[in-house]
Amino acid sequence: MNVLLALAWRSLRNRPVTSLLTVAAVALSITLLLGVEQARRGMRESFTGTIKGTDLVVGARGGTLQLLLGAVFGIGAPTGSVPYEVYETWTKHPAIKWTVPLAIGDSYRGFRVLGTTPALFRHWRYRSAGTLSFAAGHVIATPRDVVLGSEVAATLGLRMGDTVTVGHGLNAVAGLGDHEAHPFTVVGILQQTSTPLDRALFVTLDGIEAMHEAGAAADGGMPGAMPGAAPAAMPGAAPTVMPGPAPPSMPVAAAPAATPGAAPPEYIPPTNIFQDQPRALSAFLVGTRTRYETLRLQREINQYKAEPLTAVIPGVTLGELWRTLGTVEGGLRLVGALTIIVGLIGMLVALYSSLEARRREMAVLRAVGARPSMIVSLLVLESGMLTLLGCALGVALTMGGFALAQGTIEARTGVHIAVQVPGALEWTYIGIVLAAGVLVGLVPAWRAYRSSLADGLSPRL
Amino acid sequence: MTAAGRPGAAIAIDGLQFSYGSGPRVLDIPSLVIDRGSRVFLHGPSGCGKTTLLGLLAGVLHATNGSVRVLDRDMNAMSGGQRDAFRAEHIGYVFQQFNLIPYLSAYDNIALPCRLDAGRRARLGAVSIDAAIRDVAAQLDITALLHHSATALSVGQQQRVAAARALLASPELVICDEPTSSLDTDRRDAFLALLARSVAQANATLLFVSHDKSLGARFDVQLSLPSLNRATRLDAA
Ligand SMILES: Nc1ncnc2c1ncn2[C@@H]1O[C@H](COP(=O)(O)OP(=O)(O)O)[C@@H](O)[C@H]1O
Ligand SMILES: [Mg+2]
Repeated sequence: MNVLLALAWRSLRNRPVTSLLTVAAVALSITLLLGVEQARRGMRESFTGTIKGTDLVVGARGGTLQLLLGAVFGIGAPTGSVPYEVYETWTKHPAIKWTVPLAIGDSYRGFRVLGTTPALFRHWRYRSAGTLSFAAGHVIATPRDVVLGSEVAATLGLRMGDTVTVGHGLNAVAGLGDHEAHPFTVVGILQQTSTPLDRALFVTLDGIEAMHEAGAAADGGMPGAMPGAAPAAMPGAAPTVMPGPAPPSMPVAAAPAATPGAAPPEYIPPTNIFQDQPRALSAFLVGTRTRYETLRLQREINQYKAEPLTAVIPGVTLGELWRTLGTVEGGLRLVGALTIIVGLIGMLVALYSSLEARRREMAVLRAVGARPSMIVSLLVLESGMLTLLGCALGVALTMGGFALAQGTIEARTGVHIAVQVPGALEWTYIGIVLAAGVLVGLVPAWRAYRSSLADGLSPRL
Repeated sequence: MTAAGRPGAAIAIDGLQFSYGSGPRVLDIPSLVIDRGSRVFLHGPSGCGKTTLLGLLAGVLHATNGSVRVLDRDMNAMSGGQRDAFRAEHIGYVFQQFNLIPYLSAYDNIALPCRLDAGRRARLGAVSIDAAIRDVAAQLDITALLHHSATALSVGQQQRVAAARALLASPELVICDEPTSSLDTDRRDAFLALLARSVAQANATLLFVSHDKSLGARFDVQLSLPSLNRATRLDAA
C-alpha cells in the first residue's frame, strides 16, 4: 500500500500542471461551500453572542426585526420612541428583575452614542465571556461622563480624561451645529467584546438631555431649523415604521443636501427623538425574574393599552432572521455543490484522458508483478489524493480568507466572524467530497483495469 | 515423451492453443520444453506470436487449450492473482522499449518488483533491497545512473536498468522480448554481454526473443517459433 501511495504521489507530481489545476478546482469549490457555512455560522454566533441574558427588548410599536437590529446591533433605526414615564411604569412590573434603558440617536465621529444607565454594564452579557469589563476607568455616573467602546478609543485615539463633544442627528455628518456647550469626559474604556458595543460611546440619560438642551440653546431655540430624521439617507433601515409620537413639526423632507449619496460606512443616527420630546427612550432591555414569565410578559407588553409597544425575545426574532436568510443560504449551498461536481468532473476528465498515454506504464507495472487490483488502487489513490489535497487547501483557504477578511467585515458591518475550525457539518461535506473523489477515480481505474487485462504485456498503441 | 512428463524443466508446453478473444488462432504449439539453466534464443518474424507466447509464459494471458507449465507450476490451474504473484516472484521481464516507469528514478524502477511483492522480496533473504540493487547495478554498469530520473536516460541505459530490475533478487526465469532492437550494434553487443554474465551469475534460465536471427549464436539453444507453431504454418499455407 505504501508503495502504491508513493507511486500515486510521484505520478501526480509527474503531471504538475493538470494535478495543480485539479487540486485548485476542488479547493475553490470547497472554499465556496465551507465559506458559506462559516459565514452562516459565524454570523449567527456573532448575533446570538451579542445579546445574552436579555429576555426582552422593548420599543415603540413596529417591526420586531427592526427593533432588535436598531436597538441592539446598531443596524438601521429603532422603531420609534418610548416615553420615559411608560418605561418607568414597566420597571415596576413584578415579573421584571432589571431593565436597561437605551436612548439612541446621537453619534460621535461615526460611532453611535448610547444614552443609558450604569445598569447596562451590570446586565449586558455577551458570548461566554459574561459581563462587560473595563480596560480602564469605571461606569458612567454624572451627566458629563462618557465610557468608550474599545474600538472607539482605539480608532479615535481617545484616552482617559479626554474631552468628547458629541454631535446630534445628521448634524454630526454634515458637520453643523455640534453640541459645543456640553462636552463629556472619558471616565472609562471597555475591553474588546467583538460585538457592536466596541463601536459605541455610553453616556447617562441625563447627559443626553443636558447635551440636547445646550444644543437647542446654541441653535437659537429653533427646533424647526434642525434637520430631523432623514430616512432616505439611512442605508439598510426600514424607514416606513415611524409610528407613535412623532410630532408633525418634524421636517422629514429636510434631508441635508450636503450628504445625499455619500453613504459612509459609519453609523448614521436614525432619529431625532429628543428634539421635541426631551424625556424619551428608543428602547429598553428587560431581564425577567424567571424565564417562564418572559412569554407572558411579552404578551402583556404587546397588548399594553396606554402606549403601543413591541416586545421581542432576541433569540426568537433572530430565528426569524435566520429563516429568512435560509433561502439565500440554500441557494449558495446549491451553487457550492454544483461547483464541487464541476471540479470533480474536471478531475475525471484529467485522469481519464491521461490513461491512453499511460497504457505502457500499466503494462510495465503488470510485468513486475502488479495485480490488476493494484492498477485500480493506483488510480483511485491518485484521484483520492487530488481530492484530499483540494479539500485541505480549501479548508486552509477558507480559514485564511476569513482571518484576512475578518477586520474588513467587522468594520463594514459590525459583525465579528470568528475564524473557526470546520464543524461537524463541514466535515460531513468534506467527507462526502472525498468519497465522491474516490468514486470518480473508479471510472478511470475501471478502464485501466480492463485495458491492462486486454493489453497484457503488449499494449497496442 | 510428452513435455508434461519432464519434471524439472523451466518451461514445458503441451498442446497449447491460443487466440485473442474470438480472433484467429495465434498460437498452436504441440510441444516445447526448455531446460532449467539454459539460455534459449527464440526467433521469428514480426507478428508471428512471440510476444503472445511470452505473455502466456508470464501468466498475463490464459491459454485457450493445452497446458503451460512454468517452473513446474501449471499456469492454467492458477487463478489470476496467483499468476500475478508467481510472475512477481519468479520471473524477470524485459520489454523491447519503454521499460521504465517515467516518474521514478532508475533506483526506484529497479526496486519495484521487490517493493510490490513480498515473495520476490523474500528471495533476497537477509540482503537489503538497497544492497541488492547496488550489486545488480554494478554488474550492469549503471551505478552512476541510479538516481537519475528514468526519462533522463538514453535508450541503452534504460534497457540496462530494465535488465537490472529483471535480475534483482535472482528470479529463476528471465524473459527478454526483443530488448536490443532499439539499440545500435555496439550498444547491443555490450548489453548482450552484460546480460549473459548476469544471468549466469544468477543461475537463471534465459528466454530471449528476437526477430534478428544473427544474435542466435550467443545462446545455448536456438528455436524458431514459426517451426514450432502450427498456427503460422496453416496461415502460410
Ligand atoms: N492484445 C491483442 N489483441 C488482439 N490481437 C493481438 C494482440 N496482441 C497481438 N495480437 C495479434 O497476435 C499476433 C501475434 O502478435 P505478437 O505476439 O505481438 O507477435 P510478435 O511479438 O511476434 O511480433 C499478431 O497477429 C497480432 O496482431
Ligand atoms: Mg513482439
